[in-house]
Amino acid sequence: MSEHTTATAVAERTADPAAALTTPPHERTGRTRRVLMGVLGVFAVGVAWEAYKFIGPDDGVVVAGVRILPRTTDIAMPHLWDMAVRLTEPVTRAEGADLLWVATAKAAAFSLGVAALSWVIGVSVGLALALLMQRLRTAESAVLPWVVLSQTVPLIALAPLVRNWGSRLSVGPISWENWMSVAVIASYLAFFPVAVGALRGLKSPDAIHADLLRSYAASWWQTLIRLRLPASVPYLLPALRLAAANAVIGTVVAEVSIGLRGGIGRMILEFAQSAAGDPPKSWAPIFGAIVLGLLAAGAVALLGLALRRYRRGEEPA
Amino acid sequence: MNLVARRVLPPVVLGVVALVIWQATVTVLAIPELVLPSPSAILAETLAYLPVLVSAALVTGWNALVGLVIGSVLGIALALVAANARVFDELTVPLVAALAVIPIVALAPVLYTMFGADLQSARQVVAGISVFVPVFLNTLRGLRQTRPVHRDLMRAYAATRRQAMRTVTLPTARPFIFTGLRIASSLSVIAALVAEYFGGPRGGLGTFITASVAGSDYARAWSYVLASIVLGLIFYLAALAVETLALRRRPA
Amino acid sequence: MSTTETTAPPGRADAGVPAVAVAGLDKTFTTSDGLTQALEGIDLAVAAGEFVSLIGPSGCGKSTLLRIIADLERPTSGEVRVFGTSAPQARLDQAYGIAFQQAGLLGWRTVAANVELPLELHGVGRSERRTRSAELLDLVGLSEFAARFPDQLSGGMQQRVAIARALAERPRLLLMDEPFGALDEMTRERMQTELARISAETGAAVVFVTHSISEAAFLSDRVVVMSPRPGRVTTTVTTGLGPVGQRTDALREDPRFFEAVTAIREALHAGSAGGSGEAT
Repeated sequence: MSEHTTATAVAERTADPAAALTTPPHERTGRTRRVLMGVLGVFAVGVAWEAYKFIGPDDGVVVAGVRILPRTTDIAMPHLWDMAVRLTEPVTRAEGADLLWVATAKAAAFSLGVAALSWVIGVSVGLALALLMQRLRTAESAVLPWVVLSQTVPLIALAPLVRNWGSRLSVGPISWENWMSVAVIASYLAFFPVAVGALRGLKSPDAIHADLLRSYAASWWQTLIRLRLPASVPYLLPALRLAAANAVIGTVVAEVSIGLRGGIGRMILEFAQSAAGDPPKSWAPIFGAIVLGLLAAGAVALLGLALRRYRRGEEPA
Repeated sequence: MNLVARRVLPPVVLGVVALVIWQATVTVLAIPELVLPSPSAILAETLAYLPVLVSAALVTGWNALVGLVIGSVLGIALALVAANARVFDELTVPLVAALAVIPIVALAPVLYTMFGADLQSARQVVAGISVFVPVFLNTLRGLRQTRPVHRDLMRAYAATRRQAMRTVTLPTARPFIFTGLRIASSLSVIAALVAEYFGGPRGGLGTFITASVAGSDYARAWSYVLASIVLGLIFYLAALAVETLALRRRPA
Repeated sequence: MSTTETTAPPGRADAGVPAVAVAGLDKTFTTSDGLTQALEGIDLAVAAGEFVSLIGPSGCGKSTLLRIIADLERPTSGEVRVFGTSAPQARLDQAYGIAFQQAGLLGWRTVAANVELPLELHGVGRSERRTRSAELLDLVGLSEFAARFPDQLSGGMQQRVAIARALAERPRLLLMDEPFGALDEMTRERMQTELARISAETGAAVVFVTHSISEAAFLSDRVVVMSPRPGRVTTTVTTGLGPVGQRTDALREDPRFFEAVTAIREALHAGSAGGSGEAT
């Protein structure tokens, strides 16, 4: 049959409505070229940094009492190569101190662990709430407006409020640790996008698919496993990505406001206080935070890769 | 009427029930204020310190607003450049993708060093960068939504680039730009507020929250949180109102 | 309104309980303008193994009637029996297979896994499912595409997979809602020929909703003509073109085929002249 010859392997289409935000614009552009240009872009930022440092006035540009461009002293804007060299030196002069990049990596790993745990908790609770809302219309109409509203307000402001939970609170035999307070804040922030995204995804199957499953007399559970969950993947992935970003931000911010040691957030604050004496050092944890964010996003991207079969679009008949 | 009953009543009922349960739990179980103060205690503090709350909200709100304006203007302008110059697009897209996932507030301490710890500039820059990301990405996405039939039509009319931009590309992109601005409006408040946790001058809501917690004044800290939430809502609703007004005139 | 025939035409044996028996069926919808009468006083009988098409202009309720038989919607009043049981019971018993205008394949399942979906839901073992899907894909001529995904198939091929899926549990009744409606004319004719063969091979009764006159004539033993607002049966045309399984492309140029087409067209026009006059 001639139709057989018309069957072409259609490239995986981005059925993902929200992920289009980060979809490469020119799909035909060679991968190598894109990577090369990306590296060039990062390089350009570095050149701009050094160029402004070279030509900019030491005290920055102040207009009507507001500094609109930063100071260019070595304290305010260290040379990039100084930042790089500093990374390979010990954190302090003390005997046996870690190299700065090693210490930063350890702190980042610690924060990543807390963020990952928070992400798992936030995602689980978000999914559970989405299922409840999908199942019970009353629950949806009562809860969803609050969840949507919560995404528009700075709930992160709550972070300092759980500060003193540690040491003064115990849950059964377990004493409350500071890292748990951090995880509470981070998972709280991770939860909201998942609840909204998962609900949209669970409701996304076409009427025709719902009809089909009904014609098979499939149970709610069967419909969930075979239809609603797989169909929700394209909506869920952007939500999971947002949840990962929120978990990281929540962890870093909560570390700062709760005063949890060991993570990257606290390190940023501590090193910033020594900025006057050792300017390049305060940049190390910034790079650590950037790597942390990229790792979290990368992990979700890998998850998306693993779930790619659920992101195929059905060729319209 | 029926619509109101179905869409407004359930969340309102839930909110009231939650407040009542909150109040009752705190009272009955004698939960320490350190863990959770009662709504009535928070409300009392809010009323008692209203003038301070408002002035603090003005400081944070101004930082957020400056960041929102600068970040949005830059975001839209650079998206226009990226949509028209492929090289620029290729150079910036990975950078913006990275900006979207990294915790931008982490930059606050080094920005305080760069701009001066006694000035609000660093907070405005943090808010500006946070705003820039969604505005840039959504605008760029909107500029790419032009339908092929419209593009062909413009080509058939031998329209110039500028004409095509004005008549087809920008109107198509408009709803997307407003979506970006709406997301950004919330982010600007969050960023300006959180930047205060990383140091800098006193006066904003964030600094008052940490100060109240440090002074074990938990109900007052909660009242500042309440003020932050109201500030966030004001920004969001303002953005929503602008969007509704702008898109109502010509339905996209 | 002529009375509907209840006797099975020659060549399609298997007497006994009718596949579908609809009596005095009404259906009203609540819309923003109030109540809309979608179906009124529908009587319909489909004998086992019989191929019956429902034809009529848009809004005549033919799809609604099919969905009521499938228990995807409830009638307002009247009775629906499928193989002697109620429609909900028939759905629970999986007495029918169904296909819609869109193929409705699940994009994340391979072609074979899509065909096996109903079997999987009803607890059929893996090896048995494999055998059955292989058989069915062979029947619709798609054996070599078993491991592909739906988005790698053309619209016509997707629709064939949907038909294979509808046949998975060897239903004695197939309900089809404009399954070829979205296909181009060439593909459509080929699919009709295949469906004629498949329905004869499986011996299943078919209720087939369409708005194509030639499609109804080519495939059906009987064509039930409906009119809109409210949806009711105006006429039933018996095509008299012999056993459905022996219909080939040659029939499309046969004078008897043109006669059947003419009869259906005239019935349709008579119906719509009496109704609102809307043509589709």
